[in-house]
Order: sequence, then structure tokens, then C-alpha cells
Amino acid sequence: MKRSYLAILALVAAPLAVSAGEITPTQVSFSDGSVEASLTGVPGDPAMGREIVGNKSLGNCVACHEVTDLADVPFHGEIGPMLDGAGDRWTEAELRGIVANAKMMFEDSLMPSFYKTEGFIRPGNAYTGKAADDTFGPLLNAQQIEDVVAYLVTLKD
Amino acid sequence: MKKLTSALLASAVFCTPLMADPVEDTLILNEEITMVTRTAAPAHVSDVLDEVISGWHFRGTETRAMQADDFDNPGMIFVEQAEEVWNTADGSEGKSCSSCHEGTDSMKGVRAVYPKWNEAAGEVRTLEMQVNDCRENRMGAEKWKYTGGDMTNMVALISSVSRGMPVDVAITGPAQSMWEQGKELYYTRTGQLELACASCHEDNYGNMIRADHLSQGQINGFPTYRLKNTKLNSVHARFKGCVRDTRAETFKPGSPEFVALELYVASRGNGLSVEGPSIRN
Repeated sequence: MKRSYLAILALVAAPLAVSAGEITPTQVSFSDGSVEASLTGVPGDPAMGREIVGNKSLGNCVACHEVTDLADVPFHGEIGPMLDGAGDRWTEAELRGIVANAKMMFEDSLMPSFYKTEGFIRPGNAYTGKAADDTFGPLLNAQQIEDVVAYLVTLKD
Repeated sequence: MKKLTSALLASAVFCTPLMADPVEDTLILNEEITMVTRTAAPAHVSDVLDEVISGWHFRGTETRAMQADDFDNPGMIFVEQAEEVWNTADGSEGKSCSSCHEGTDSMKGVRAVYPKWNEAAGEVRTLEMQVNDCRENRMGAEKWKYTGGDMTNMVALISSVSRGMPVDVAITGPAQSMWEQGKELYYTRTGQLELACASCHEDNYGNMIRADHLSQGQINGFPTYRLKNTKLNSVHARFKGCVRDTRAETFKPGSPEFVALELYVASRGNGLSVEGPSIRN
């Protein structure tokens, strides 16, 4: 299952990575942990975002967060805060910043940085245990980040 | 925080079939030896933990029961296999383990103090390193693969005769610098997921990560029989798996880094009973 993660990412990432005007991971501009501008200019798709949040091979957000809206997906974790009401607690820009790189807002956050490609210690090639090679990319691509953000803003109490 | 999350979870039955906190239970081995599975944290970790808790408390009722009786513990089958190897000569010297060490009872207490500084060699050694030293230099036999079945079974045999004795790994004196190195590794957030051992096993033990109930990552139960792969698993194989799961480049089993990490992690369990071979998921 884990092995298929990179394969799926690569499939999804390849066509999107070439979109003109896309903000690359190293170009993202954070302001107090928020990211105002869309990474792609293309509105996120909340249905896709919902899939990414719950899917083990994509965002796998539920590994650490509980989401009542995703009750059909088994086994939600309890490492991070519950996501119910996230759309009330945070603005879209804040959510984009947190999903892209939560450590910009919360220095010691355990949350993986989903749109970051530099500054890792011993980065690996997905879950192989081997060193990263030139296929290394962010955990989610730019449009996937936008999709997740679009879904999170719908989570209102 | 933990209490709050648990309360939230309790109201959401879909979430997890398991209780989040470690289970209250007592492990009595073969109706004979009462094991110390939770105790006050040793001084060198008391700044971060009040109590050290064996992974046994984080497993399900059946798994816990299985470990309480050697006839039910599948890990003991591998111990029996190693018992045969113990008495079988190998290598150019025509010796077996028993040629020098006699019965396996002579190993009582050994597991509890490893990894350990070896004065003659001038290094910290794991049990695996010591076994291979015997094989190469006493028996004239081939080294075993560090995490191979022969090796892990033998380590389980050596561990089994110390069950119930408290882990008591020395961290001062000549081993101290290696211990410090292990500690450094324990707190280093590696890989693309940027997770340290401490992220899960110190900051989040008791919590669920997806379907897994996070333990303190104690290694007093190693080698451990995993229901997942139905064989004994060594400490370094588990370390490798954990580091891999942070999407990192792992260290090699038997590497100085993992020896240091084993020394450090073992020391975090000082005071817990040796349990190997234990049973885990």
C-alpha cells in the first residue's frame, strides 16, 4: 500500500507539475504562516480534497486527525487536532499555509510539510528506506494542496 | 490534551475499536514470574517521562494473554530452534556455544545489561555483535547476518533466560559518548515526514496513529514475535522499519548509529523486565 504512494503521486504530479504559473515549493510566500495566493490559480475541488484527506495513499490526513465528515473511512488518528470546524477556525490562507508547511505557523508541529522539498535530514525515496534521488518531490502537488484547502474550508461546525 | 482527545474519541465510536490509554493489566509469566511492565522512569529520562511502560500494555487482550504462557507464545518455537543450534558444533574449531558456555542458563542476566561496553574491544557491543564475535573468533565459523533468523533466534534464546530480570544498561563511563549519540538520534526528526523517535513514542504514546496504538517504543520485549510477519524481529530491523516510515534513508542494522540508538533506547527501559521473546502486532 505504502509502496504505491509515490507511484500515485507521480501519476498525478506529472501532468500538473508543468502547469504554467504554478508556485513551486521553494517559491511559496508565507506571512505569519499563511499563504494568501493560490498555488495554481485553479480553484481547488473539495470533492478531490475530501478523497486526498481520507486516502491512505494520498494525504492520509486521517492517520493523525479525526474528521466526522469522513466517518466512512475507518481508523482516524488522534495525534493532531480534530478537523471538524477547521473552516470556522481558520481562513483559507491560513489553511493553505498549514497544509503546505505547518511548521511556519507552529514551530514544533509534528505535522509533515506537504509542500516542501528542501531542508530534510536524510530524506528518503518514499518508503523504500533508500536515499532520495532526483524523483524527489513534495508529498502533495500544488493542485492537491488547493483541493485539500478547498475541502477544509467546507468543514464548518 | 490526551485526556481531552480521548473524551472526544469516546463519543465517536467509528473511530477506533481500541482504548487509547495503555491497558491496566499484570503480566505473570507461566503463572510463575510477575513481570515489571510499568515502573518509575529511570533518572536519565525522568525529565520527560514519569513512568516507563512496556509495549505489552498497548496490545490487545489476546496478544497479551498469548505472551503469558510459553506454550502459547509462538516466539518460543524459535527459541527451541536456537536451543538446538546452541548445542551444535560449527566452524573450524569444532565448537558449539555449549562447549564454552555449557547450558543456556549460564546466559541468565546477559540480555539485561546489553548493549554493553567491551573493554578488550574498546567498543559498545550489542548481543548480536557478541554472538558474531564468538562465532568468528572462538568457533571459526561464519558470521551470521545481523538481522537474520539464526541470529535473532539465538538472541531470543539468550533473552529468554533473563525474562523477569530488570533491564539494567550502563550509560556512564566509557559507554557514555555512544549513549549521548543515541540520544541525539532519538530526538532527530528525519526523513520527508520529519519525525523523530520521540515524536511518536515520547510525545504521543497512548494515542492512535491511524489503526496503530502508539507505545513508548520500549525494547525490553525484543526480539519480538510479530503477528504481522509471524517470525521473531530484531531491534535493528524494527529501527530500520521505523526510520523508513519517516520517508528517510535508513541506517544499516549493526551500524554504529543503530548500536548507539539501541543503547539509548534500552536505557529508557531500565527497570522494566526483560520480556523477549514478546508478542506484538
